[in-house]
Amino acid sequence: MLPLDPERAARLDTLIEDLDPATLLWISGYTAGLAAERARSGARSGFLAQSLVQPVAPHAPATRATPASPVTVIYGSQTGNGRRVAERLGRGLEASGLQATVVSAADYSPKQLAQERFVYLVASTHGDGDPPDDARALFEFLTSRRAPRLPSLAYAVLALGDSSYPRFCHTGRVLDERLAELGARRLFARVDCDVDLEPKAAPWIDQAVGAARGELGTEAPRLAIVTPLRPTAAPLASRDQPLEVELLANHRITARNADRDVRHVELAIPDERFDYEPGDAIGVFVENPIAAVERIVELTALDPASQVTVDGSTHSLRSWLTSRREIARIARPLVERLAERSGDRQLAGWLAPESATELRRAFSQLQVADLLRHFPAAWDPEALVRALHPLAPRLYSAASSRRQVGGEAHLTVAVIDYRHDGERRVGPASWQISIASPGARLRAFVEPNARFRVPTDGSRDIIMIGPGTGVAPFRGFVQQRVADGARGRNWLIYGGRHRERDFLYQAEWQETLKRRQLHRLDVAFSRDQADKVYVQHRIREHGRELFAWLEKGTSVYVCGDAERMAPDVHAALIEVIATHGARSAEDAADYLNGLAQVKRYARDVY
Amino acid sequence: MTELSAVEKIKAESRGLRGTLVDSLADPATGGLAESDTQLLRLHGSYQQDDRDIREQRRLQKLEPLWRFMVRLRLPGGVCTPAQWLAIDALARAHANGSLRLTTRQTFQLHGIAKGDLKPTLAALNAALVDTVATCGDVNRNVVASSNPVESPAHAEVAEWARRLSEHLLPRTRAYHEIWLDGEKLTGTPEVEPIYGNTYLPRKFKTAIAIPPSNDVDVFANDLGFIAIVEDGRLAGFNLTVGGGLGATHGDAATYPRLADVAGFLTPDRLLAVAEAVLTTQRDFGDRTNRKHARLKYTIADRGLAWFVAEVERRAECKLEPARPFAFTSNGDRFGWLRGFDGRWHRTLRIPAGRIVDRFDLPWLTGFREIAKVHTGDFRITPNQNAIIAGVDASARQAIDELISRFRLDATEHLSPLRRDALACVALPTCPLAMAEAERYLPQLLSRVEALLERHAISHVPLSLRITGCPNGCARPYLAEIGLIGKAAGRYNLHLGGDARGQRLAVLHRENLDEAAFLAELDGLLRAFASERADEERFGDFLWRTGRIRGPARA
Ligand code: SRM
Ligand SMILES: Cc1cc2nc3c(=O)[nH]c(=O)nc-3n(C[C@H](O)[C@H](O)[C@H](O)COP(=O)(O)OP(=O)(O)OC[C@H]3O[C@@H](n4cnc5c(N)ncnc54)[C@H](O)[C@@H]3O)c2cc1C
Ligand SMILES: Cc1cc2nc3c(=O)[nH]c(=O)nc-3n(C[C@H](O)[C@H](O)[C@H](O)COP(=O)(O)O)c2cc1C
Ligand code: SF4
Repeated sequence: MLPLDPERAARLDTLIEDLDPATLLWISGYTAGLAAERARSGARSGFLAQSLVQPVAPHAPATRATPASPVTVIYGSQTGNGRRVAERLGRGLEASGLQATVVSAADYSPKQLAQERFVYLVASTHGDGDPPDDARALFEFLTSRRAPRLPSLAYAVLALGDSSYPRFCHTGRVLDERLAELGARRLFARVDCDVDLEPKAAPWIDQAVGAARGELGTEAPRLAIVTPLRPTAAPLASRDQPLEVELLANHRITARNADRDVRHVELAIPDERFDYEPGDAIGVFVENPIAAVERIVELTALDPASQVTVDGSTHSLRSWLTSRREIARIARPLVERLAERSGDRQLAGWLAPESATELRRAFSQLQVADLLRHFPAAWDPEALVRALHPLAPRLYSAASSRRQVGGEAHLTVAVIDYRHDGERRVGPASWQISIASPGARLRAFVEPNARFRVPTDGSRDIIMIGPGTGVAPFRGFVQQRVADGARGRNWLIYGGRHRERDFLYQAEWQETLKRRQLHRLDVAFSRDQADKVYVQHRIREHGRELFAWLEKGTSVYVCGDAERMAPDVHAALIEVIATHGARSAEDAADYLNGLAQVKRYARDVY
Repeated sequence: MTELSAVEKIKAESRGLRGTLVDSLADPATGGLAESDTQLLRLHGSYQQDDRDIREQRRLQKLEPLWRFMVRLRLPGGVCTPAQWLAIDALARAHANGSLRLTTRQTFQLHGIAKGDLKPTLAALNAALVDTVATCGDVNRNVVASSNPVESPAHAEVAEWARRLSEHLLPRTRAYHEIWLDGEKLTGTPEVEPIYGNTYLPRKFKTAIAIPPSNDVDVFANDLGFIAIVEDGRLAGFNLTVGGGLGATHGDAATYPRLADVAGFLTPDRLLAVAEAVLTTQRDFGDRTNRKHARLKYTIADRGLAWFVAEVERRAECKLEPARPFAFTSNGDRFGWLRGFDGRWHRTLRIPAGRIVDRFDLPWLTGFREIAKVHTGDFRITPNQNAIIAGVDASARQAIDELISRFRLDATEHLSPLRRDALACVALPTCPLAMAEAERYLPQLLSRVEALLERHAISHVPLSLRITGCPNGCARPYLAEIGLIGKAAGRYNLHLGGDARGQRLAVLHRENLDEAAFLAELDGLLRAFASERADEERFGDFLWRTGRIRGPARA
């Protein structure tokens, strides 16, 4: 029978009536925490009044007027690394009894910084030194004149980046310096993480927890860790717990004479642990191709059987190179070691700050084998392994909706396979996926991207800008909208080289157009006419309509190449808003940031 | 009444064949046209096709079919000036697949033109004073006329009638100029079609003029035909023929090839009036509900020749005289040099399956180009897919001969009669209706049949073999001594017993045979032919005489 007397039961009912499931789940976690706390201390009162506890949930709820808890962890993250670090910090703080609010910069109103006392900032860098989309507003607010003085704020920054980019950890660095300028107190020096972030992120988390305890330890009320129950019983397959999935189909979807081999790949998803949404990416772990490994061994003249111990684990060199280290993608440490060992001038030159851009270009053209070949040097197995980044999984946008394809996940994979100085080079992941035949098994996981979703309100229109493989998630979007019976219009802007060769899913788009499931399709094929035409040209061309759509509450999505396409499209959108919305460039930029804030301008670029 | 066929609706709503062609051509998301526009495009002289060799591959690639366009020129009587040849040749190399295709109706087809190149192609043709108006679709098609031009002044006269007839029966809509030649846009209501009306004809309509003794045009395969009656060197007039047509559908007895009836005689001054009367009668009485039953041949078969002639006489306001005697000796071409009545020379070149393309050992496309550069007469395309270099002065012959041998254009002249006279339709990979190979298979097929002829020592005997990829009969196989009609990949129906004069239909002998099977069948018949042949007897006549084939008795 019920442990409550009727009168309390009634009060509880009125309390919880018309609360949404998420809140109810949170309350369950909160009360669970309370129970533990009271069992320990016998305390009677809750502490909701003095502060609202934020559950450590992947998607933190919206902003609040007053600081929630003594410590706020704000993250700016595009592909989830920063978010994961921030969440770990949050758990760490609470494990040591400190209330922490972990929030995406997108859900955090910058003005509120003035009320904060204690903030940890985790920020990655994207584009060409740009903030991740969710942190754009925060970044621009802080770097603008409008930013308030922050004398009473104490903070520390963890910057995430990739040393192969010219502006390494730029966002984190700027924020760190700017906060100091604004009078905030830097708790301890900023830490910059490279792609292989663990070695630096883990110590930083400890340091951050330590600092917080040192400063707040006493005054902060102890409390139990709030662990809300997740809606789904089984957790999603993740980086740390990938699942084996079976490959069902693998077709080339570019014409014979196309410049690029692009594959449509269908995976069988086992169960709800693989419940992806359109907008999410599917992560895939692969090993390096044998031939590539052999080539490294050959070039370094090292014994592949030799045992190498790094970070406490011991494997043969071959096993390190095959399944534990990047041997296609070049890492800055490799260039540094190579410069030392080969004493080569050119390499030393590359490492100079001013030639960062060249280095970046080299990284995008060369593989490890190319470097080792062009700059011969004496290596020992351990040094080599240390110079290489850990082998990372590759992400591929889900190109389908479960509502339509049931127990499948579809991917659209552009195959990297080219020759450099007469030697064949392939992209480990894309190439191995391209040669996998039905029945093959892949270690994969779901990489959620809550910022890249079809509008919950199906009556809203959407504009999807996705040239090349950037179109992949939009195939999923349209499938989803059709399955949902969404009444809003779908406008796709696609781009490629030749209509007849690389118009990905052309036949399907034509079908959806016929069925009025796609309402507008604009295409730009760069090499079908004398002058090169790209999606941003179409955006300008149809600026009037596009702005009209925006004014009607349309959401805009951009997916695909980050190096050139995304910035050009961004600029084109601002231009369109300025021209047809009769605004200054600045106001147009604000308009667009505004859209990003309310998740009506979302990008998934790589 | 059963409802009109879909195409009728499209024509009626097309605003004088405009439809949404302009938008379709501009649509960058597809290499094709909107469904309805593909129908209208035909009346502008072009067909949307795709490369069937890679159709399935592209389906798997989730790409649309590789849409390309075939363009068919309007060349009354098959006459083409050297300047025009050079222009057409340039287009074949610039926009098409690098080949010229001479058709069984005396004109050129260009294949493999991308949507974006269609307008430049038609504009360039127009600049060279050639058009493509009404070479396809439900109108009067390219008017064919016996190609051997100038045996008498009468022949030249006939060629001229072919041109005037073609002009007279042209649609009047300005849509063509508007869409392809940037003529000024239609404002208000579309122009009226004096002869056609706004729904044109129920079906394609074909006109031919034959000059005995040559029936190279196969006049009896045409909806409307005129047999020139030349009396002591003068053109006295024409015998009118009506209701011919060959197209049929496998397994549909209601469709069949039909030879035209000879309806009577008329003098040249009546030609246009009578032609128009035949056309408008079909316009008003042809079946617009079922396209498989819409050709004039069915209208006449259903209502009777007497009724039809009466109706035509009423509309033309003249009586037809009794038909005059005529005699055809052949529906093939005569090769080599022939001397015309005016002392000028004509050289007919054999072009297997009408395909002129540069093969590295046979650079024919270049060869013709080089000849066109120096030639002062004109070219004639024959209804047997061959080309005539016509009107060469005796003095210029040698120069032409040198070019002919330099580019090996005579390579096929010394071949067996079989090879010289065989016809094959285009079929795969461009023809959407093909069920089996034809043009691409012809060389191998001929080698196999030649082997049989050699085995029975009759390689020297003329033998007409025609093959098509489907029962539509584009290479007129129903009129051949041996007709192979595609049924499925590698399988054909074997038709036998046409005469070589285009006056007797071949009959279906065996169905759905693969190569081995029809070769075995032919082997037996040819063996018998070799041993029992009456002198100068042709294979088709032999088969009927000896009762090896049976069917509706024919002359
Ligand atoms: C090129 C040519 C064959 C050749 O190898 O030369 C040809 C090629 C085609 N014919 Fe034909 N026909 C050609 C002479 C003929 C003839 C022979 C003649 O007219 O002397 C016939 C039989 C006579 C007749 O009309 O009955 C012929 C009866 C057809 C038919 C069947 C018509 C019928 O009443 O059933 C079709 C299909 C249709 O119209 O529905 C057809 C349709 C076609 C099409 C356009 C296929 C299509 O409708 O999409 C073929 C294009 C293939 C390609 O890729 O080029 N073609 N077609 C000839 C072009 C003639 C010209 O220059 O206008
Ligand atoms: C969120 C997200 C979503 C993504 N979605 C998709 C998707 O939907 N479809 C998709 O195809 N990819 C997608 N990607 C990219 C994908 O994750 C991989 O980066 C890509 O497949 C390359 O991985 P790889 O292992 O094949 O080759 P890599 O190991 O990345 O490349 C090997 C090396 O080859 C060199 N190289 C690469 N290309 C060239 C070239 N053209 N010329 C010369 N050298 C070259 C470079 O040095 C590169 O470091 C996405 C990425 C992210 C972050
Ligand atoms: C398209 C793209 C552009 C990037 N540009 C930069 C850059 O300019 N500077 C940098 O330091 N890191 C850059 N990075 C590396 C990311 O910052 C790094 O992967 C980080 O771990 C991502 O963290 P997140 O998942 O929280 O966004 C880029 C990464 C991507 C995918
Ligand atoms: S006969 Fe059939 S296959 Fe041959 S061209 Fe005509 S329609 Fe095509």
